Amino acid sequence: MTEKKIRVLVAKPGLDGHDRGAKVIARALRDAGMEVIYTGLRQTPEMIAEAALQEDVDVVGLSILSGAHMALAPRILELLKKNGQDQVKIFIGGIIPDEDMPRLKEMGITGIYGPGASTDDIIEDVRQAVQV
Amino acid sequence: MSLTQSILDGNRLALARLLSQAENDAPEGRADLAELFPHTGKAHLIGVTGAPGTGKSSLVNQLALFYRKNPDSRKKVAIVAVDPSSPFTGGAVLGDRVRMRDLSGDEGVFIRSMATRGSLGGIAQKTASLVQIFDAAGYGIIIIETVGAGQSEVDVARLAHTTLVVEAPGLGDEIQAIKAGILEIADILVINKADRPGVENTERALRSTLELAHPTKRVSPALAGGTRVRHHGKDMSMAAPTTDPMMWIPPVLKTVATEGIGIDELAAAIAKHADHLRQSGDWAARDRARLGSEMETLLQEALMDRFHENVQPQKYHEMVEQVLNRNISPHEAVTSLLNGNLE
Repeated sequence: MTEKKIRVLVAKPGLDGHDRGAKVIARALRDAGMEVIYTGLRQTPEMIAEAALQEDVDVVGLSILSGAHMALAPRILELLKKNGQDQVKIFIGGIIPDEDMPRLKEMGITGIYGPGASTDDIIEDVRQAVQV
Repeated sequence: MSLTQSILDGNRLALARLLSQAENDAPEGRADLAELFPHTGKAHLIGVTGAPGTGKSSLVNQLALFYRKNPDSRKKVAIVAVDPSSPFTGGAVLGDRVRMRDLSGDEGVFIRSMATRGSLGGIAQKTASLVQIFDAAGYGIIIIETVGAGQSEVDVARLAHTTLVVEAPGLGDEIQAIKAGILEIADILVINKADRPGVENTERALRSTLELAHPTKRVSPALAGGTRVRHHGKDMSMAAPTTDPMMWIPPVLKTVATEGIGIDELAAAIAKHADHLRQSGDWAARDRARLGSEMETLLQEALMDRFHENVQPQKYHEMVEQVLNRNISPHEAVTSLLNGNLE
């Protein structure tokens, strides 16, 4: 009677302490029927990759407001690959300057969302990307 | 290479994959589960339950740290942390890892979050399968953290060898403590947040409850040869020293998990309980009860599946309509369905 659920890790790398956005997203994905593993503040890329491995997630959502996305995102991608989790899709929410977006997409980030993004759009994009 | 071999070789990705397959009851995982089963039966299964906000996750974090640091017991530690699924959307926010960040970076610790997916007993239906996989993979200590439990989420006691019930000051009076349910399943009672006001009351309530459950034999001090206790000039009877080794009386321990206070004593009590189970034969008895109830559950699922395969959904719904219209009673409907008499 059990069925496959979309599992999402919501993580907040870096040193800023603003987790409102991450919590809003966690709640929205929960209400969309997904299982959200919430890890809390100040996660290192190593901690995030480790949690993604143990939890066998389909998606990692990163909340980054510190401006460090060009350092954090490639590192997390690299660690996920190293662990054999190439199929995991990464979404980023936060403050990302327009000029960085193409480079992040090129690296393999699936979706990037700034202030005012609709949670319905994000849910739809996650479902599309995972296709359970 | 099969998942089984990779898991036995210590591959954590393979382990994570099979955990998912078991959780989803995916047919492709069943052969691996069966192959791994002979490797199970070595781990000490520790259940941790209690009301929401009593500090279960923080306590589990500290226990795992203790087991990893203590050279006597440097076993691999697995944690299965269960949180509730929404009854409306089926979604869940699993937040127990937030309190367990001290454990990251240690390859000897594996934390897996699980949603209840509709189960009401405090753990998920497939928690037992996940525990078996960890056991086979060589995790010597497996800690099962339940959802924030109210009074009757007691399934963890059937799964674990040692059950910790975590309380905190200010949660209820003695009447709460003598109700049936969660306190009865405790092998060890932990009062966490013991630096909070009201801890004396909580401790007194729990101890008096225990005394009701395990009435101590009372003897006259003259016979026992102990100290004389006098009340209004009369000799009072007093508790005989408990010498019955077959009897386990749950200890009441105080901890402050966020500070790591009381953890050594708690781990010692857990070890003592494990020794007690082995010496009294209860270890084997609990294993038998656990596997028996797991078989029972699987049998129920299989019978339900078989039943639904043989009954057309339309006929089934017609029967529900009949009950709804008060033409037949639910009992009669079931009898009729089981007899294959669907007209």
